[in-house]
Amino acid sequence: MQIVVDLNRCQAYAQCAFLAPQVFELHGEEALMFTPTVPDDQHEHVRRAAAACPVQAILVGERAGP
Amino acid sequence: MTGKPWKGRIVIVGASLAGLRAAETLRDEGFTGPLTLVGEEPHLPYDRPPLSKQVLLGRTRATEIGLPRRRDVDARWKLGVRAGAIDPIEKKVILADGELLPFDRLLIATGTRARPWPDPVEARLDGVLTLRTSDDAAQLAERLDAGPRRVLVIGAGFTGSEIASACRERGLEVTVAERGPSPLVGALGGALGAFAAKLQRAHGVDLRCGVTVTSLKGRDGRLTGAEFSDGSRIEADVAVVALGAVRNTEWLAGSGLAAGPRGVACDAGCRAFNMYGIVTDDVFVAGDVARFPHPLFEYQMLALEHWGNAVAQAEVAAHNMVSTGPHRRPHLAVPAFWSSQFGLNIKSIGVPTFSDHVVIAQGSLRERRLVAVYGYRGRITAAVTVNRAKWLEHYQYLIETAAPFPPESGAADRPDSAASVPSDVPDPQLLSHGPTVALTGHLPDRRLTLVRHEPTPTAAHRR
Amino acid sequence: MSPETLYQRITDYANRANPYPLYAELRENGVTRQADGSYLVGTYHEIAALLHDPRISSDSRNRADPSTVPMFRRNSQQAFIGLDDPEHDRLRRIAMRPFGPPHSPGRIDALRADITRISDGLIDEFRDKDRIDVVEDFAYPLPVTVICRLLGVPHEDMPQLRAWTNAVIAGVDVTPGKDEESRQRAGQDARAAMGEYMGDLSDKRRENPSDDMLSALVHDSGPDGRLTRAELMATGTLLLIAGHETTVNLITNGALTFLRFPDAYRLLRDKPELMPRAVEELLRYEPPVHLLPQRTPLADVEISDVTVPKGAPLILVLAAGNRDPLRFDDPDHFDPTREDNQHFGFGSGVHNCFGAPLARVEAQIALNALVPRLEDFQLSEDPPPYRRSPILRGPRHLPIERVG
Repeated sequence: MQIVVDLNRCQAYAQCAFLAPQVFELHGEEALMFTPTVPDDQHEHVRRAAAACPVQAILVGERAGP
Repeated sequence: MTGKPWKGRIVIVGASLAGLRAAETLRDEGFTGPLTLVGEEPHLPYDRPPLSKQVLLGRTRATEIGLPRRRDVDARWKLGVRAGAIDPIEKKVILADGELLPFDRLLIATGTRARPWPDPVEARLDGVLTLRTSDDAAQLAERLDAGPRRVLVIGAGFTGSEIASACRERGLEVTVAERGPSPLVGALGGALGAFAAKLQRAHGVDLRCGVTVTSLKGRDGRLTGAEFSDGSRIEADVAVVALGAVRNTEWLAGSGLAAGPRGVACDAGCRAFNMYGIVTDDVFVAGDVARFPHPLFEYQMLALEHWGNAVAQAEVAAHNMVSTGPHRRPHLAVPAFWSSQFGLNIKSIGVPTFSDHVVIAQGSLRERRLVAVYGYRGRITAAVTVNRAKWLEHYQYLIETAAPFPPESGAADRPDSAASVPSDVPDPQLLSHGPTVALTGHLPDRRLTLVRHEPTPTAAHRR
Repeated sequence: MSPETLYQRITDYANRANPYPLYAELRENGVTRQADGSYLVGTYHEIAALLHDPRISSDSRNRADPSTVPMFRRNSQQAFIGLDDPEHDRLRRIAMRPFGPPHSPGRIDALRADITRISDGLIDEFRDKDRIDVVEDFAYPLPVTVICRLLGVPHEDMPQLRAWTNAVIAGVDVTPGKDEESRQRAGQDARAAMGEYMGDLSDKRRENPSDDMLSALVHDSGPDGRLTRAELMATGTLLLIAGHETTVNLITNGALTFLRFPDAYRLLRDKPELMPRAVEELLRYEPPVHLLPQRTPLADVEISDVTVPKGAPLILVLAAGNRDPLRFDDPDHFDPTREDNQHFGFGSGVHNCFGAPLARVEAQIALNALVPRLEDFQLSEDPPPYRRSPILRGPRHLPIERVG
């Protein structure tokens, strides 16, 4: 599972950092850092975080490529 | 799409963010024909913003930043191969490995590369690096892991500043050299540039503005330090050359297209111009390599090195590649970008360099929480927030509607002295760092009305 | 046009069970001035713009007509919900330190096991019953137990706190009625008593700290310093009330909606991993907070060709925006798999719900636990009896009974 966050859309509601703190992290009050390659034991957390994002900025999918 | 789906062969040169999203959009639009993606790097498409942040902080490996797909693209991928030229008559892309790729429609999304250190001998010193690709980031992260005594960052644009931030967060000594008066000044102007300078110094960066690096010193092929134009010297084990980007257009030299150092010119529908200024109908451009007219900025040709522009422009280009005349759409997205550095979230909407004045409309520089609003000839053209991201969409609306500058009073958290000051955007020629937004010329055209796009069901990355 | 204004009809208790036709009328009418001088907005894009407009104050003391300022807002210390930046931001940031990122990133996620245990325990208790009140037997005790533990409030004090909470909510109720003055006064008294209670409890935590939020708030000192005692009283009261009232509604509305649409709960029963999206759809379709009655423009503000004057009461009907057909496809359809769902269930902008992540986790766990049981039950009455408030709207009771 790979993720990318559209940080232009992100308004730092931080729901992802609450719901999947192993994958999404606030750096300071607002800057979001995330782990693009999601560890296997975090898939469910990441799906919850993506569903909860108030601006729908989290894209979850398989790695792009052939 | 209305009518019969367009049939033909499509080649996309450039397999990074813009190329990938274009390919996905083509399939979303119902294109079922043969599709080839050509990428110079051997890697699958990956996300570049983490390279100067998570990767340098050691939180994410440079090999683990792959982009997720939105959908399967059912394409032939030619990775690790450069495109060498276009045969515009025969409509073929000529690859460096000799293969000829015939196309009916072509998308150019070759992006940029890091501007190298101008002295090739010094550039080859061990310890002199650039940061653009995942391989670059892997090398730099490894150097930082080794605990250098001092890192020299040449150029204080966003990339240089983020590198300096990562170094300080890792406890490394860092010197930043910038020819201009302050960091970020090329993108944000004088007021926020001065703010960025204070911020860097408060975090322990040895920031030197108004100087250039005159030479990189080495011994036994290894970097040992640098000399500055003011005569001073430092010792350093690592130097990161962050002098901005060079557009990958050389391969188009014989193509007859309007391609040059400032990018490939195209119309608002992403169709490339040829060298006579005639728009082509089969060659499209998207992402960092494109320069295009934007109605909000007096139809000046913009070249944007922005993640969001790569996505939005790729989607418009792909749509237009398989659509006919009246169904084609213009690329009108308001430019936007972000940067995180020294614990702050900096976000921008509009074009701050397209301004004559700036005002702190909310918050304050002292608190490091603020909204700066930029104006040009009495209308709002940009806004930048520092740890105030939730307000930005209000200012996007003001930009889209050409609201008067300075913004109307009445905002909560408006500072006492909310006077506008000159925005002091310097001539890019005077900077070390390249601006990430370049106003690259003027193309008069008739006025259009800007229509704000409604979000669509899968709009997660379309604005 | 009825002689009553739309706002009067929306707040009229008779329309509590189904306000949605009135919301459609509101969207149709656009922004309109009500007889009492207030302005009502119910369309999605206009609400979104206003929630991000720095000229719209959350501090009703900015109203031109002082009689429209609720009694409790006139003198005492305000919690951040009723303040503007930078004060709102400072107080909220301090309150966030023991609750979530960046200072306490894992706190809410770490509660999942606890919440699951509490939820399963409550369900076990009604395993053999034929009649259940979803509110009293499940939706109320779950969030109350959680917020008590999180804040550090002794559970045995809850009956008293519940009485105060009810009085506070009645005090801010905007339902038309003759007893407004006495309700406001009772609400203010209850708020004061609750504040004192929180102040005393914090004093105890100062002496004997525990691992709860109140202890952290009295001890931890970040870059913004600590809350004063008055700030702590107001903040603690807000967190306690908001920390469970709305979640009760969310869980109850979930049970009600699932029982009305059995296909939905069967889908969720078979695919519990879809619950996070289903909860977002609940927040859109039946949100716990229907309207924000306290906004006030700090300047004349133009909204879709209507100028709302500085100082006028501005009421944002979030639940109407959530059903705006200009924003959502088929908005009156409950679709637990809906993807395009930027709802106003938790508001938006700087005042977005502080406790949203906790409410999400609680509702996801509670409804996942409840859904497998619903096959055996049906609603005893539909619609159920509603609570009085048009702001925090939800059933007072949700009686359900075993089928057959």
